[in-house]
Amino acid sequence: MSDEKKSTAIDLKNLKAGGFIKERGKDLFTVRLRVPGGRLPVGRLKKIAEVAEKYGQGMVHLSVRQSVELININFKDFDAVVAELGEGTQKVASCGARVRVPTACGGCEYNPNGLVDTQKSALEVDEKLFGTPTGHHKFKVGFAGCPFDCPKSATNDVGFQGAIWPVLEQDDCIGCGLCAKSCTEGAIAMDDAKRPVFTGDNCLYCGDCVKVCPTEAWKTEKKGYTVRIGGKWGRRPLVGTLFAEFLPEDRVVDFITAVLDWYKEKAEGEGRIRLGDVIRAEGAAALLGHLRERFPGFVVDATIPPQAIATQIGKER
Amino acid sequence: MTTVDLRGVTCPTNFVKAKLALEMVDTGAVIEFLLDDGEPVKNVPRSLKAEGHKLLGLKETDGYYVLTLEKGEE
Ligand code: SF4
Ligand code: SF4
Ligand code: SF4
Repeated sequence: MSDEKKSTAIDLKNLKAGGFIKERGKDLFTVRLRVPGGRLPVGRLKKIAEVAEKYGQGMVHLSVRQSVELININFKDFDAVVAELGEGTQKVASCGARVRVPTACGGCEYNPNGLVDTQKSALEVDEKLFGTPTGHHKFKVGFAGCPFDCPKSATNDVGFQGAIWPVLEQDDCIGCGLCAKSCTEGAIAMDDAKRPVFTGDNCLYCGDCVKVCPTEAWKTEKKGYTVRIGGKWGRRPLVGTLFAEFLPEDRVVDFITAVLDWYKEKAEGEGRIRLGDVIRAEGAAALLGHLRERFPGFVVDATIPPQAIATQIGKER
Repeated sequence: MTTVDLRGVTCPTNFVKAKLALEMVDTGAVIEFLLDDGEPVKNVPRSLKAEGHKLLGLKETDGYYVLTLEKGEE
């Protein structure tokens, strides 16, 4: 989307961060709204509905990245739309080579599966990093509350997945065997004395054992995010690969910032290139090293570059 | 001791029935629930515990579970 459209009296600063997308019809645009984590107070929803009725012919579209898009908006109404949505209340989102609005699942506030507060993380990233120019291409961030990974975090440039590391307080165990039965990964087995035996290598950090134990003998020793980097979808999809584990929730913004710094530097002169392709060109070890310096203790020892799924497109490049 | 048979009752009806049964007894009373294997035994004890009741035991017998619980403060 270009900033230099010849225009009547439109305030071009509204267009600067993007979010206004040209439609087929003459003078018509889609206006993408900023809904971090896909959660919207009803008051704002009502306001959006009013604006859609007045300027958008009574229809909105729900994007696959959790935003509401006003459709069929005449460009002459841009300023009125922005004003009526209430700047500071319902903001317009971005497109272009910038950090996009983060997505997140419902998280742990009410979903019994969640392990971390994905909504809080999404709001924090939206507040501190939304719209940051990358200099190269779009940059997507997504949060899943647990390894079920409903939001498909590995298809984001940086994807986060809630994780816990369980520890057993043997004294509180009544030997019911539920944890062993619940662990679908085979990380827990009952021994002859009806005591749970933990095989950490098999553990997927889902927290089911902690949740199922009726006496709270399984406790959470570590909690944070599993981080996959370099994913994207589109014409040549890549699945992001594992770079960090148990990253504390309060380090998320710093972590993304460190990845962005590396991306900006390494993609210099490469034009429109996504992070995953930069990692494939530079080697995963280069980014691992950069991150390990800044986040010792959380970055994994080794990983592989983001993976192309050849069967998606029938050929690899 | 009261025994409530919740075998054959699916989630979350089993939990609601357990709650209703607990309403009928006094705080501190011990009550037994029979629960099916699978989702019921994974969910019901955890949910009852979250409501402030004390789990005394959970034992597998012939393909189902016996949950022993002491009623907590209302
Ligand atoms: S990823 Fe986990 S916490 Fe998030 S919606 Fe899915 S199951 Fe729930
Ligand atoms: S966290 Fe999940 S995978 Fe790990 S031991 Fe517990 S139930 Fe098994
Ligand atoms: S679920 Fe809890 S009480 Fe039951 S065997 Fe496992 S650790 Fe022990």
